[in-house]
Amino acid sequence: MSEVQNILLPEGSIEKKTITLNLGPTHPATHGVFQNILEMDGERIKSSVSTVGYIHRAFEKLAERRPLFQITPITDRLNYCSSPLNNIGWHLTAEKLLGIKTPKRVDYLRIIIMELARIADHLICNSIIGVDTGAFSGFVYLMEFRELIYEIYEEICGSRLTTNIGRIGGFERNFSATAWEKLDRFLKEYPAALQEFENLFTRNRIFMDRTIGCGPISAERALNYGFTGPNLRAAGVDYDVRVHTPYSSYDDFDFIVPVGTTGDVYDRFLVRNVEMWQSLSLIEQAYQKIQNMKGEEAEVYHANVPEYYLPKKEDVYTSMEALIWHFKIIMGEIEMPKGEVYSSIEAANGELGFYFISDGGRTPYRLHFRRPCFIYYQAFEELVKGSMLSDAIVVMSSLNLIAGELDA
Amino acid sequence: MSLENMSLTNEIVQQKLAEKFGDQLGNFSEPYGMLTFEAPKELNLKVLQFLYDDETLKFRFLTDLQAVHYPNDKGRELAVVYHLHNLVDNVRIRFKVFTDINQPDVFTATQLFATANWMERETYDFYGVNFVGHPNLKRILNVDEMDYFPLRKEFPLEDQTRTDKDDEMFGRGGSIN
Repeated sequence: MSEVQNILLPEGSIEKKTITLNLGPTHPATHGVFQNILEMDGERIKSSVSTVGYIHRAFEKLAERRPLFQITPITDRLNYCSSPLNNIGWHLTAEKLLGIKTPKRVDYLRIIIMELARIADHLICNSIIGVDTGAFSGFVYLMEFRELIYEIYEEICGSRLTTNIGRIGGFERNFSATAWEKLDRFLKEYPAALQEFENLFTRNRIFMDRTIGCGPISAERALNYGFTGPNLRAAGVDYDVRVHTPYSSYDDFDFIVPVGTTGDVYDRFLVRNVEMWQSLSLIEQAYQKIQNMKGEEAEVYHANVPEYYLPKKEDVYTSMEALIWHFKIIMGEIEMPKGEVYSSIEAANGELGFYFISDGGRTPYRLHFRRPCFIYYQAFEELVKGSMLSDAIVVMSSLNLIAGELDA
Repeated sequence: MSLENMSLTNEIVQQKLAEKFGDQLGNFSEPYGMLTFEAPKELNLKVLQFLYDDETLKFRFLTDLQAVHYPNDKGRELAVVYHLHNLVDNVRIRFKVFTDINQPDVFTATQLFATANWMERETYDFYGVNFVGHPNLKRILNVDEMDYFPLRKEFPLEDQTRTDKDDEMFGRGGSIN
């Protein structure tokens, strides 16, 4: 550090030449509860220490005493900007352990929901980058469509943020006519809004100057840091779980995996934008495939697994079998096969993994969530070292840090 | 087609490991298609380094690292589990090292993977695995003052006075303490 600075300090002063700045735990610009203790030399960040865990809720311990269907609401609260992705990721893990095969229509319905959730997550992330760089209007344009996505969730599962959507084996009910209608509206109206958003930002000189070269990371460092998802792809690595380990019939679909080159804020922004377009195309493809289904196949919305899928309420009142299954499931009396399984999905922030050990009991023996946020946040210090404080804020929002996923 | 050009399979990985480490590695299995094996805990870094450096294996992405507690397995109560991914051939493997809970020292993987830093802190935080050589091994999600490792099985989640929440109700035949 230059000796010219802080000339007002008396000689031999024990005062520091740098300023310690607490960014967080509840700073509005961090968009979540976590703390960064920054050592500042003027406007430049010399070092940063992150403190996380403010909203740690012991999910892994809780999961050891919950039957499978009670773990879904826990996963809601990981990345709460895209809860359906976590829910379905968990269902897929459970189905993998239990050996449940879902019908194609369920897979496609899930893809619609998952891609809607990805759009909801990415649009928040990207429009927040806009807000943090001083352009508020993009956020307002897109927010309307997150609202619409939430309405679609609401039609399907009854809730908006912490969705608890779907069940092991499929969905709790078929998509309603209103849900399809709203989805239609979304598919019709969102492209124009996204296009307008891109027009506002992508080639905007101010935005480009602000974000290009801001918080870059090389592909090698990104891999070493365990980056996944858009943040890794922005650095130029085309790793996408949907392509590498297809789940939920993603291999039936045609889509591209966008990559960046420098891994800076601008590339992360662009990658997320392209992914939103790809998600739209995936939703349209899935919609078409569902429309083309005929007969019985076109009505199915869950696999036939009475041990894990709650029977219809009217059956519970009229048939003995259904009543027994209902009781056994609700009381958590279903024993699982022994085994250990790692299953992952491409969540909005990267590879969301579930490491699930079953000892043959009724609850997991051990359940570990691989949370992409937690893993890439440790690179934050390296990303912002030497940069301006205002850049650190933008880097943080471009990483899409979600406190719920950070702390589990 | 030569061996080099063939896509990497679990058999090749297992064979390569056996060539390098002989019978020091054991318990090879493939639950749900993922090659899983055990190594003595002194060897964990050597195995990781070999898997990383070998030009065929190229396991250069640490997907996940966590611990599991088996209180009834005397002398090897804690298992540290590594999930590695070869992104080129798209092969995943899992390997475990077991350690005595009274001396839970395991070498750190932070020199090889920057991402192991927080993963190991989390594992230390919840299971008390002491990662030897870790640059900053302190609690990460729990409060610093905590003096126990909460994910170990001896810490019950529910109120102990409630019999309706006994392990028996969860299919495990009584308390596991």
